Amino acid sequence: MPQSVDVRLDHITKRFHEVVAVDDLSLEVERGEFFSMLGPSGCGKTTTLRMIGGFEEATSGTIYLGDADVTGQPPFKRDVNTVFQNYALFPHLSVFENVAFGLRRRKVAASEIVTQVGAMLELVELPGYEARKPSQLSGGQQQRVALARALINRPRVLLLDEPLGALDLKLRKQMQLELKRIQTEVGITFIYVTHDQEEAMTMSDRIAVMRAGRIEQLGNPEELYERPRTAFVAGFLGVSNLLEGDVAGGDGSLVTVKLHDGTLLRAPADGAATTGPVRIGVRPEKLRVDARAEAGASNGLNALSGTVLDASYIGVSTQYLVQTAEGHRLTVYAQNLDTAGAGELLAGGQHVQLTWKPQHTFVISGTAEHVAGDPHLTEEGESA
Amino acid sequence: MRSLSRGITPLLLLLPGTAWLIVFFVVPMAFMLLISLQQGTFDTGYQLTWNFGIYPEVIGQYWELYWRSAIFALAATGLTLAIGYPVAYTIAFRGGRLKNALLLIVVLPFFVSFVIRTLNWRMILSDNGIVFGFLKDLGIVAPDFHFLATPASVIFGLTYNFLPFMILPLYVAIEKIDRRLIEAATDLYASRLQAFWRVTFVLSLPGVVAGSLLTFIPAVGDFITAEVIGAGNPQVFMIGNIIQRKFLDSLDYPAAAALGFVLVAVVMVLVTVYTRLVGSDQLAG
Repeated sequence: MPQSVDVRLDHITKRFHEVVAVDDLSLEVERGEFFSMLGPSGCGKTTTLRMIGGFEEATSGTIYLGDADVTGQPPFKRDVNTVFQNYALFPHLSVFENVAFGLRRRKVAASEIVTQVGAMLELVELPGYEARKPSQLSGGQQQRVALARALINRPRVLLLDEPLGALDLKLRKQMQLELKRIQTEVGITFIYVTHDQEEAMTMSDRIAVMRAGRIEQLGNPEELYERPRTAFVAGFLGVSNLLEGDVAGGDGSLVTVKLHDGTLLRAPADGAATTGPVRIGVRPEKLRVDARAEAGASNGLNALSGTVLDASYIGVSTQYLVQTAEGHRLTVYAQNLDTAGAGELLAGGQHVQLTWKPQHTFVISGTAEHVAGDPHLTEEGESA
Repeated sequence: MRSLSRGITPLLLLLPGTAWLIVFFVVPMAFMLLISLQQGTFDTGYQLTWNFGIYPEVIGQYWELYWRSAIFALAATGLTLAIGYPVAYTIAFRGGRLKNALLLIVVLPFFVSFVIRTLNWRMILSDNGIVFGFLKDLGIVAPDFHFLATPASVIFGLTYNFLPFMILPLYVAIEKIDRRLIEAATDLYASRLQAFWRVTFVLSLPGVVAGSLLTFIPAVGDFITAEVIGAGNPQVFMIGNIIQRKFLDSLDYPAAAALGFVLVAVVMVLVTVYTRLVGSDQLAG
């Protein structure tokens, strides 16, 4: 379905002296989308956001807002607004004047400003706070003012730079839902930068997982979690168990991977490598632990036998660490569906069998050595 | 017991400061007031006669010098601000690793005595010195031009001497400003100039106020500059020159004390008006 594109980055590169912060990055964000850039610090996500905002100049490449090339334009000429990390509210101005700042610069009539600021403070649930100074507000309230100050200008795109980073966990969860509600309500494209995978997954329509100035994988939260294409993505979004093997064959929708000890595992074929060394992965919550070690694979399930190294009862689930015959360690989250408490845990040293559906398996091309030698891994490029 | 000690503690903490003010400000001012009300001569001795008439007398005689001192000091303050702000801004925002070195350069002149530096300027700016002698040789300046002993030369000297007192507080105030605020302003459709006036400058006002006071107050009472660069020309004398002469040359202590007392009063009134205008909370930041 073709949709109108709000932001397009065309082969953007940003170098700070010798360090490449953003490396030949291309990207399209669609209108009305909640788009996140997710990655560890130094991956170039903030630099990319700042280039869209106009605070950094791209070393090469082109930035489009809609159809217009804005690459060389200063921030005040771009139809984007930013919610800054730590908010950057003007300390000498009241909440009202902070929110009205953009409208005043654009010479909006005074009566109109009063109406709009009132409506905007209503939207962020801060009516009646007009006369306060930012220093008189809590962190969550400052965050809302920062959001109102940017949104009131009805920009084409709203840029958010880790806006919830300074809030405590409970408030952060609440603001995530709030942000999503506001975004749906105003229908403005949001580009959101975060290093918190859960935050990105909760709110985003699509996520670009970034690493060393490049997009590692781009997709909706489900794709990224269920079908990570690289070990980095698999590891950055949640916990994953990876096993090495070689592609041994396929039968249409499934490929068969042979582990080094000869065990055969099956995985969906979609786009994965069809020959050579691969890694095969499965999420901990997809694994089922069976105490009957020799139960054997049935119903077409993947099966691995191993020994319980450690078991910890967490309440909602039980976490097992299981070592396979080959020496791999797998994490398992077992739902406490049928157990009544810690007394029923499988003991350490017990032989067990792990089973899971082939559909829950993902395949990553290449071997672990390939990634360990990746020159990008140690690169730090993000500006402070 | 605890609430009592809690009530007393702040007062105890105020004690050293209060004692300092009393011993080094209130008591000397009282002495100065008493001296100003005495009559007599140095040789015959002075008696306290509560001669309040000295005040209208000295003000009537020297009001022009108070006026001139205020104008000179004000001009110098304006110039130090105009020169100092770009310097402080550049060091704070563009200094990078050189910040401390640049600040050292700003205060470096203090390593040489105030009087010596002023004397040096007198030589540099003399009629046939390296500046004007050179310009005269080139024919850019008329042969009979002279700069020393003019009002402009005194204002120049004051500006030079008090510039660091302006730059340092400005630097501290500007350096504290979060640059994201300036980015936020440009993000919200302010041009760079608007962002400067509405954010950077407003937030640096505590530095502007502190720097102006640190420049204006000593400058208004200065006498070295007018004596040296003013070359002793009475036409460019400031009130400090008169006070100094009364005290040290004519030994007319009562008149000198009265002039000094009026100067303190004038400065206090001006400073009060100024801080009220700008908002005294700017001083506290």
